[in-house]
Amino acid sequence: MAEAKEKKLTFFGCIFNGIITENPILILMIGMCPTLAVTTSVSNAIGMGLSTTAVLVASNALISLVRKITPDRVRIPIYIVIVASFVTLIEFLIKAYFPSLYESLGIYIPLIVVNCIIFGRAEAFAGKNGVINSIGDGIGMGLGFTLGIIVISAIREVIGAGSIYGFSFVPESYRAALFVLPPGAFLVLAFLTAIQNKLKLPSATNKKNACNNDCLHCTIHKKPVVVEEGK
Amino acid sequence: MGVELLVIIISAALISNVVLSRFLGICAFLGVSNKVDTAKGMGIAVIFVILMATAVTYAINMAFLEPTGLFKRDLTYLQTIAFILVIAALVQFLEMFLKKYIPSLYKALGIYLPLITTNCAVLGVALTVAQDYTDFVKGMAYALGTSGGFCISIILLASIREKLESNDIPDSFKGKPIVLVMACLMAIAFTGFSNLNIG
Repeated sequence: MAEAKEKKLTFFGCIFNGIITENPILILMIGMCPTLAVTTSVSNAIGMGLSTTAVLVASNALISLVRKITPDRVRIPIYIVIVASFVTLIEFLIKAYFPSLYESLGIYIPLIVVNCIIFGRAEAFAGKNGVINSIGDGIGMGLGFTLGIIVISAIREVIGAGSIYGFSFVPESYRAALFVLPPGAFLVLAFLTAIQNKLKLPSATNKKNACNNDCLHCTIHKKPVVVEEGK
Repeated sequence: MGVELLVIIISAALISNVVLSRFLGICAFLGVSNKVDTAKGMGIAVIFVILMATAVTYAINMAFLEPTGLFKRDLTYLQTIAFILVIAALVQFLEMFLKKYIPSLYKALGIYLPLITTNCAVLGVALTVAQDYTDFVKGMAYALGTSGGFCISIILLASIREKLESNDIPDSFKGKPIVLVMACLMAIAFTGFSNLNIG
């Protein structure tokens, strides 16, 4: 990843980076709460993914625009206000145009505010780079997130509810309802990361603990930080 | 009233456990559960912050945002912005206050406090209380139950992880995957509570 940093960032390079190289779900493993919570069906996952993408693109663009006039010491409250405003906007839009999605996502829409991906990108990328690249990074990371949760939700929906995107094709007696219940979310993610480890694919689990669980001061892209827990 | 509060606490702590069935605070749950001691510290810090944050956001919601409040307008759509700012500020103040006046408590909880701002359980509880509970005492009981549930599950996971360290796990399951499998088994155990018929 260090060499990639040296290269000059381009708009499409940023998009590619978000979707493939640093996919937030499958490789960085951040933003786990919505990943586990809303992946009971593919349609929920798409709704959640696209709303997060919209917030991420908008907040990245605005944060990047004001980065030169933002004093370093108060940047976090400023980021919080910017992100929370966009989340409120998106909440209104979903409530008005997709009421059924609003019902099924519920509290997880306002909780986009505390999604690690958004603060992580603001801190690691948008606060330091130009507007065009920040928008590209927002699109890439957002779509990468969407793709990640669609994969997880597809597995859960096929095994658990015997359907995909609401289209049912598995007879009732062959379904394992556990997978649409909360435990299924943990199980699917466990096996996905185990497969990644087996195939030695790059992921946060292969390296030293990449996420220090402090999303406001996310340092994933600056340097790998190991949480020292009383060792 | 007393029975009703107990029902709220138990259903928030066990039946719809904040981590294992509502998936709030997963980052801290998976990240700070290596050792029982740290898990205890984190759990207690979360109880502390959630109780304080819920009390403060409840007051702000009633005083300013509800249509019956100071501005006589329905400003509830500002809840997300107001609450996250209040929580962030509160955690900062708490950190400074503890550092100055109760250094022993600061030593125990200090390092966890900054991690809690972005713990979605805090904002989640504040928003749920503002939307579903009009009664302050019931809201606080819900907050206590939820944060207690978080504390229970993180300590349980940490004790399992300590035991796991001496076990022979398949290579590809080392690290996060085995922790997630454990979380899955715990979640299955906790679904058993949903048949608990109370209230």
